[in-house]
Amino acid sequence: MAEEVLLFGVWGSPFSRRVEMALKLKGIQYKYFEEELTNKSPTLLKYNPIHKKIPVLVHNGKPIAESQVILEYIDETWKDCPIFPKDPYERANARFWAKFIDEKCLPGIFNACWGEEKQHQNAVKEACEHLKHLENEIGEKKYFGGEAIGFVDIVANIIGYWLGLFEEASGTKLLTREEFPKLSNWADVFVSSCGIKENLPLARDKLIAYFRSRFGTGSTDASK
Amino acid sequence: MASQEVKLLGFWVSPFSIRVEWALKLKGVDYEYIEEDIFNKSSRLLELNPVHKKVPVLVHDGKVMAESFILLEYIDETWKQDPLLLPQDPYERSKARFWARVAEEKLLEYSFTAMCTHGEKKEQALKSAVEAAEKIEEEMKRNNKKFLGGESIGYLDLAMGWIAYWLPVWEEVGSMQIVDPSQFPATTAWSKRFLDHPVIKQNLPPRDKMLVYFHERRKILGGLV
Repeated sequence: MAEEVLLFGVWGSPFSRRVEMALKLKGIQYKYFEEELTNKSPTLLKYNPIHKKIPVLVHNGKPIAESQVILEYIDETWKDCPIFPKDPYERANARFWAKFIDEKCLPGIFNACWGEEKQHQNAVKEACEHLKHLENEIGEKKYFGGEAIGFVDIVANIIGYWLGLFEEASGTKLLTREEFPKLSNWADVFVSSCGIKENLPLARDKLIAYFRSRFGTGSTDASK
Repeated sequence: MASQEVKLLGFWVSPFSIRVEWALKLKGVDYEYIEEDIFNKSSRLLELNPVHKKVPVLVHDGKVMAESFILLEYIDETWKQDPLLLPQDPYERSKARFWARVAEEKLLEYSFTAMCTHGEKKEQALKSAVEAAEKIEEEMKRNNKKFLGGESIGYLDLAMGWIAYWLPVWEEVGSMQIVDPSQFPATTAWSKRFLDHPVIKQNLPPRDKMLVYFHERRKILGGLV
């Protein structure tokens, strides 16, 4: 049976880019559909009626939503170039850090960049505490996944690339090389890695302008 | 064979630590349970889960893990005896993971908020909770087996199990109704079957103590939420 893989995404979204990274790393052919967030297609709404969000992967007519759920599906379905470790404990660890990045790091970063001005200092402190955990976790490893890119690296694309854009758009610097040498190094390696660098939205100015228009110019006076 | 030392740090009324206990008990895995006072966290808990400082924490042969859904998957991958918690098919697995998140991130969050708040905040949370419950009800209706995991309890049943027992307590404490049995027949029927299962039935916190506990939480959090 001919395999049909469709991906509904948005060019600037780290969440849909994660799915593309995994598909490309595994050499899976897919058809990409660019969605407009302010004018979602009926097809997207049909495939993700619960959340009405991208990314959505449709494999042979079966829709899967939520980027981390999609990544697990991709790894379980196409076994070449695995992005998950085999050992159950290492898998639990990978899932733990991925969850941490989306549920703690990301909201913390947003709060530091675009939260209330009077909470700014605390928000920055908290965001840096989260980054410190990642700094400790990457340690001396090349990637979170070890020698090769893994699930956590893909989910951490937000830290590796988008964080720099958020910092520039908002004027709040979080990931400094002095405070986070290992994580900064990982970010450099990540964005220049094969399979990743070809799949990053490179129109930085366009993205920065978009984030500014969507979230504001930042919660510090230094953003000018 | 090397001895398998399994420890679980939990809290008596936490639906998150109890769902892990259900999984261990269903699989017949022996473990040592350690009760944590989450309002007076032990140095042991802070050492084992420095990132979140929360229960549950599972320690298996010295390996430390946290986050209840992640622990359910670890348990299923490590102890491969029946019941298999996650389906074999990748698409079915993705659906289970998807719906577990919907129940946790939408129904649980909004229900708990509705319980603790008043006025407009409560109304909004209640409305969102009911919307989430309606989506779950449709999913329950689509499933024509005894449990969401099939003939035996699975990952999604364990993930949603709090709906059967904690939610009615929250409804009572918050003087509200989210899952009206007449409007949610499939969810109500599934809840009854879930609670009737001998392992689940024997591993529930006492309802009267739960009411006292959540009344207290509502009072304390009501000022903050």
